Amino acid sequence: MMKRTIPMLLAMAAGIVMILAYFFPLLAPLQDKTTVWFNILAAVAFILGGGNLLKVHLKKVSDRREGWAYSMITLAAFVSVLAIGLFKLGVNPLDEFPTQRMAGDFRAEGSGFWYVYEYVFAPLTATIFSMLAFYVASAAFRAFRAKNLEAILLLGTAFVILLGRTAAGVFLTDFLPEEGMLANFRLENLTVWIMNNPVTAGNRAIMIGIALGTASVSLKILLGVDRSYLGGGD
Amino acid sequence: MYEFLRDLDRRVIFSLMAVAVAVPILLQITPPEKATPIVRDAFETIEALEEGDKVYMAFDFDPASAGELQPMATAFVRHASEKKLKIYFTALWPVGPQFIKNAERDVIKRDFPNMVYGEDYVDLGFKTGNEGVIKLVANDLRAQYPQDARGTPIDDIPMMEGVGSIRDFEVIMNVSAGYPGTKEWVQYAVASAPDDVKLVAGCTGVQAPLLYPYYPQQMSGLLAAIKGAAEYESLVLGKYGRENEPGMYQEGLRRMAPQLSGHILMVGLIFVGNLVYFMARKRGEA
Amino acid sequence: MTHATRRGNANFGVLLVLIGVAIAVLNAVAFHPGAGTQWTKRTEHVHTLEDGSEVRWTEHEAVSVKEGREMAALEEDAAPLFARTVGLWGAAILTLCIFSFLLGDNPLYKAAEAIVVGASAAYWMVIGFWETMVPNLLAGLFPGWTRDTFMPKLALEAETDYLLLIPLALSVLLLLRLAPKIGWISRWPTAFIIGVFCGLRFISSLEADFLSQIGPTIKPLIVMGENGFDLESSFSNIVLVLGTLACLVYFFFSVEHKGAVGKVARSGIWMLMITFGAAFGYTVMGRIALLAGRFEFLFDDWLWLIDPKDAHPAQAFLQTIAPMLT
Repeated sequence: MMKRTIPMLLAMAAGIVMILAYFFPLLAPLQDKTTVWFNILAAVAFILGGGNLLKVHLKKVSDRREGWAYSMITLAAFVSVLAIGLFKLGVNPLDEFPTQRMAGDFRAEGSGFWYVYEYVFAPLTATIFSMLAFYVASAAFRAFRAKNLEAILLLGTAFVILLGRTAAGVFLTDFLPEEGMLANFRLENLTVWIMNNPVTAGNRAIMIGIALGTASVSLKILLGVDRSYLGGGD
Repeated sequence: MYEFLRDLDRRVIFSLMAVAVAVPILLQITPPEKATPIVRDAFETIEALEEGDKVYMAFDFDPASAGELQPMATAFVRHASEKKLKIYFTALWPVGPQFIKNAERDVIKRDFPNMVYGEDYVDLGFKTGNEGVIKLVANDLRAQYPQDARGTPIDDIPMMEGVGSIRDFEVIMNVSAGYPGTKEWVQYAVASAPDDVKLVAGCTGVQAPLLYPYYPQQMSGLLAAIKGAAEYESLVLGKYGRENEPGMYQEGLRRMAPQLSGHILMVGLIFVGNLVYFMARKRGEA
Repeated sequence: MTHATRRGNANFGVLLVLIGVAIAVLNAVAFHPGAGTQWTKRTEHVHTLEDGSEVRWTEHEAVSVKEGREMAALEEDAAPLFARTVGLWGAAILTLCIFSFLLGDNPLYKAAEAIVVGASAAYWMVIGFWETMVPNLLAGLFPGWTRDTFMPKLALEAETDYLLLIPLALSVLLLLRLAPKIGWISRWPTAFIIGVFCGLRFISSLEADFLSQIGPTIKPLIVMGENGFDLESSFSNIVLVLGTLACLVYFFFSVEHKGAVGKVARSGIWMLMITFGAAFGYTVMGRIALLAGRFEFLFDDWLWLIDPKDAHPAQAFLQTIAPMLT
């Protein structure tokens, strides 16, 4: 009862309010309240995420599992950023309230949190994602094979897009006229056409498929048919 | 030759990519750009606005995508400021507000010093909740943002007068790195008031093809990846450019040079990779 | 890969970082003196309180090296700031640590990765607390206390919103997930979150991604323009309309893909392959832009080899040869 029925009813009630409010505007205030609560809970999820990380890495360190030294670094980074942020270290007060240091802007330039962002968080995350440029190049060399018609279509489109979206496209098909039927085959124009027609068609079909899938899964959950989100146990 | 290519160490490919991207940056080449219709539509949507019109500037990205999106964010803010629009900054990504602060410092305070905080632009900051935030903003913006990012109650901010929901804005200008982003703005904001709100977006390359089905009905224009950014910059500079234009406003244009060599390298790699494949097939190895 | 080569790779990675730093130091000493220096403009804030005591602090605003030097020449308060210069060098070194992974997994990369994991989790936690928990929950529940501590601008007449006790209770229940014995109680708030999410998604996906997609797909297959039959538009519309339908047929698994259905489904696959090819092209475009962004950071902000933003002195040989090449 407590572990399955109540949460299921809670999910149903919350979801049905959201849906009914669409059809009955009278329910809009209730929908707005529910959304406010939902958004607050999303913030708690951030805190939960941090708590989970703490738990996992503390365990790893206490068990002296392989790589525990790196877990120590993770924990040190976690605790320092948390302290810098929550205690607003290095934050200047607002001019209107010089005595209330905790009222200062924790993101303001020069604050401890700003330092963390500018010199640790931003360079690290940006570089991690930029590495994909190298791996995509390596993968393209090894895995992209024109084995059949489907693969040739995929490769051909990729070539047109890659060249057509840079100055190379203009250069390569500069011999074609700028007006008239043949102009459509200039790479830069061909790219636009591919994006507006076949790519839009393909993505639209995918979009419709996902939309119907999402709607049916949502409905299953709200009607209590799918209860997998509740996990096991009674 | 065949053996060499077949057994090519991936570090060689990494080095080629590094050189292809680094050299044009070091040589500081900036190829010319011509705007495509989808970017021109985005530009014209903003151009059609009048002084004092309200734009909702949603910075939904992070440093990991700033290489593609920062030029769009800068160009959007510059354009809106040139047009003397009222800018309402928000962010659905936790790191987004940092870009709002940068835009304020680098664009507004430097080049538009007459703009007053609270009258010409306001920073509503970040809120958790992803599409929940959009849904609430679509219905009741004040319930989501009781204060701005600086803790000032909404009622004390002059430019918030008469603003109750997303319908009160002329255009949403969204810079998006993924979820939540442009797709959710279409689904929750535009869908709630298709006749009242227009959406202009700049997005990463990964998202771009997925967003094309929304154009032009649900989304007035789209800046797709760095190429879109460069095109938009060329339009903004074409209309509002001055002499000695700061390099900050040409970041996207500048980036099209490494883009060119990188793309050619990719095409070359795929081509050579296939050559190896067909040679292997001929030799009966594949 | 043998153990020995893996260790060899690790050494290469560490070596890359060390060589990079050595070159940067040499560059900052010999070729671009002071490369990587960060300047700020300083503003003193002094407030005299009622009891006669003073509160003072210095506000630093980043300025480019060029601007900073101009300001200093005009006797304005601008100077290099040691802490930010160290920060920038740290950021550059962390960037190299991540890049070192290209030559193989190594301790420097692992350490940088460990920092990302810890710092991001704490970063989001702090933001969740200050930007949603405080203004949207605490300010509503305890307006007086919040005004006195964190948000002095909060209106004096702000009243307690007792309905916020509900999300407060749900928040506490959600956090109990971390407690082993009564963790199950977090199912209640989780169910609430899932319910709201499904409700939101149900309407939005049908409205924006289904119904709104049908209209723009119903287009004339034969387009008549001012000069009669318009071949280009007709062909485009045929591709768009029939392409969408063919892909949908391919996704439709209730009917066996044989005969006519099979043929249509197969053309749907072709359309999808074109779609994926374009997606691949755009993905590559994005990745390269990100890499270019990082390189620009290293070459411009750190090493001063280039100066696209007109921010600092740069007399690099590359800049002298560039005009000859372009």
